[in-house]
Amino acid sequence: MKTNTIKVDYLARVEGEGGLYVKVRDNKVVDVKLKIFEPPRFFEAFLRGRNFAEAADITARICGICPIAYQMSAVHSMEDAFGVEVDGQLRALRRLIYCGEWIESHTLHVYMLHAPDFLGYLDAIQMAKDHAGVVQRGLQLKKAGNAIVTLLGGREIHPINVRVGGFYKVPSRSELATLAERLKWARDAALETVRWVASMPFPEFERDYVFVALRHPKEYPFNDGRLVSNGGLDIPTREYEDNFTEEHVRYSNALHSVLKQKGAYFVGPMARYALNFDRLSPVAQQSAREAGLGPVCRNPFKSIIVRSVEILYACDEALRIIEQYEAPEKPAVDIQPRAATGYGCTEAPRGILYHRYRVDEQGTILDVKIVPPTSQNQKTIEQDLGEFVPKFLNLAEEDLRWQCEQAVRNYDPCISCATHFLRLEVDRV
Amino acid sequence: MKTAHKPKLAVWKFASCDGCQLSLLDCEDELLALTNEVEIANFAEASRAVVRGPYDLSLVEGSITTPHDAERIHQVRRSSKFLVTIGACATAGGIQALRNFKDVKEFISIVYANPQYIETLNKSTPISDHVRVDFELRGCPINKQQLVEVISAFLNGRKPNTPPHSVCIECKQRGTVCVMVAHGTPCLGPVTHAGCGAICPSYTRGCYGCFGPMESPNTSSLSNQWGQLGAKQRDLVQIFRSFNACAEPFRRESEAHED
Repeated sequence: MKTNTIKVDYLARVEGEGGLYVKVRDNKVVDVKLKIFEPPRFFEAFLRGRNFAEAADITARICGICPIAYQMSAVHSMEDAFGVEVDGQLRALRRLIYCGEWIESHTLHVYMLHAPDFLGYLDAIQMAKDHAGVVQRGLQLKKAGNAIVTLLGGREIHPINVRVGGFYKVPSRSELATLAERLKWARDAALETVRWVASMPFPEFERDYVFVALRHPKEYPFNDGRLVSNGGLDIPTREYEDNFTEEHVRYSNALHSVLKQKGAYFVGPMARYALNFDRLSPVAQQSAREAGLGPVCRNPFKSIIVRSVEILYACDEALRIIEQYEAPEKPAVDIQPRAATGYGCTEAPRGILYHRYRVDEQGTILDVKIVPPTSQNQKTIEQDLGEFVPKFLNLAEEDLRWQCEQAVRNYDPCISCATHFLRLEVDRV
Repeated sequence: MKTAHKPKLAVWKFASCDGCQLSLLDCEDELLALTNEVEIANFAEASRAVVRGPYDLSLVEGSITTPHDAERIHQVRRSSKFLVTIGACATAGGIQALRNFKDVKEFISIVYANPQYIETLNKSTPISDHVRVDFELRGCPINKQQLVEVISAFLNGRKPNTPPHSVCIECKQRGTVCVMVAHGTPCLGPVTHAGCGAICPSYTRGCYGCFGPMESPNTSSLSNQWGQLGAKQRDLVQIFRSFNACAEPFRRESEAHED
C-alpha cells in the first residue's frame, strides 16, 4: 500500500490565507481539504446594533477586491426591507459601477493570478520579462475597470459614493463620457485577451456541475434576477435559505454551503455563462464561439476564457450604459426605515453574494446573514481535486502540486471573503 | 561592472480584507517600474515565489487576532530591516476591533455552530502593540500614491512625505465647499488624518473618518458641532467607532458618549 500526500501550506495568488491537503492511497484520493486559516473577523456579530445606512460601507471591508459586490447586496437588501425600488438611470449607474468591478477583479485574476500557471511562471512580474506587452495590456485593462469604479465611487477600493436608495452624487453626462475612449480601447484589449487565453494549454478535465446563478428576463445578471440552476432550481432571492444550507467543518474557518438534498454546487463566471449565454451581447457571444466555447463550459481550467468573455461583456455593457445615460434629477430615492427583513443577492465577480438583514423601525440592524461566493464553491473545489488528482498521478510531485494549486485558482477563491461568516449561526444561549 | 543588489520587499497579511496590499497591484502604471527597483521577495497574493529573508522593507497589512498571528508578527519583525504597517487594520486594529468593546461575557455567550473549531483572541490589536513599527501608513484603504511614496522613501533612506494635518486642509486644497458649513452635513474631516484627498466631501458626503485621527484632534469640540446638527449620543458613539475605533482619540471620544 502506497500513501502519498500533496500539501500546499500557503496557497499563493489567491486573495486571503488558505492551504491545501490531498491524501492519496493506492492511486485513490482518500482525503481532500481546502484549508482556510484566514482569521475570522465576525462581521455579522458587530453589524448588530449599527444603522442600516452603514451596512454598505462596513460590509465593503469584508473584501478589498470586490467591495462593490458587498455594497450592492447590502443596499438591495435594505431597499427590499423598506419596499423601495431603484430604477431608471440610478439602476443603470449601479450596473455600470459593477461592470467596473468585474473588469478590475477579473483582469487581476486572468493576467496576474491565473495566466502565470498556464505559461509556467511563478508570477506576472516574471511573466512580464518574456511577455511585457501582454502584462502591460492586462494592467491597462485593469486600470480601465478601476477608472469606472473611481469615477462613480470616488476610489477603487472601498468606494464611498454608494448608498441605500442610490448614490451621494451622480456624474453628469459629460463626466461619464470621459470614460468612453478608454473603454473602447479596453473592449479591444478584452477581445485580444479572449484570443490570448484561448490559445493556452488546458488539461482534459470536465465534470457535470450543478451551476447556480442569477437570471434576469433581459440582462446578463449583475444586481437583479431569480436564482436558477441547471438542475431546475428557480426561486426568488428571499427563498435562498429554504434551499441552501451551510456546514461548519473543523479544518476551515469558512462555512461550506450546499444545496439541500443535492450537495455541492458551482457559482461564478462558469455558472453565469452556462445559465445566461443567451443574455450576452453579440460581440461577447461571437468571441466566445471563436475561442471554441459552446454555450456551456464544463472544464474549470477554461474558466480563464469565460472570465475573459465576461470582461469583454462588461466593457461592452459599460459603453452601452454610458451612451444612453442622462443624469437623473436626484442622486437617490428617499428612504423611510421600517421594521422588516430584507434580502439581497447580486453577482460578485466570483459568483452570487447573498445578504439578509433584519432591521427595526428606526433602521437599526438586528441580525445579519452573509454568504459569499467562495464559501459556496469550497465543496466543488474539493471535489474537483478528488477527481483531478487520480488522473494525473503520473506527473512529477512538484508538477502535480502546481496543477492542484492551479485547480484551486480556477475558482479565483477569495478567502478573505469566505472567512467572515463563522458566526452566521449565532444564537444567544 | 558589478550590479547593485536589489532591495528585497515583502508583503505580509494578518486579519484584513486584502485591499491595502491590492493597492500595490493597483499601481498599474508604476508596478513594473517598481519591480525594476526592488525584488518582490514575499508577496503571496501575487506570487508563488518566496525568497528567504532578511527583507529590506516589510509591508504589513492586517491586525493581530489569533495566538498564531501574535507569534508570527515577531518572526516578520526579526526578518525585516524596516517594518511599515499599511492601513487601518495594521495601524489601529481595523473594523474587526469592534469586538474589543464587547463585554467578554456577552462575547463568550455568542455561540458558533462548533465553537471548539475556532481559535481567536478576544481583541483585535494593531501591529505596534506587538512589535516595533518604523512607520504607520493610514487609511481604510491606504492611498496608493502614498504607498509608492512610502516605499520610495524607505528605500532611499528619507522620511515619507505624508502630511499629518486634517482632511479639512485637503478640501481647501481641492476647492471643495465645506459640506458642514454650507449644507449642514455632519463631517469628521476636522479631526481626520489627511491622505485620501478629501474624497467624501467632493461627493457631497461627510467624511466618515477612514484614515483615523489626525495629530491632536479636538474631537469633543467636533462632537458639540455634530450635536447642534442633530446627532444623538448614540450616533456619536457609532461615528467614532468604525474603521479606526481603537485609535486612541476616537476610542476615548466614542466612550465619552456611551450611556
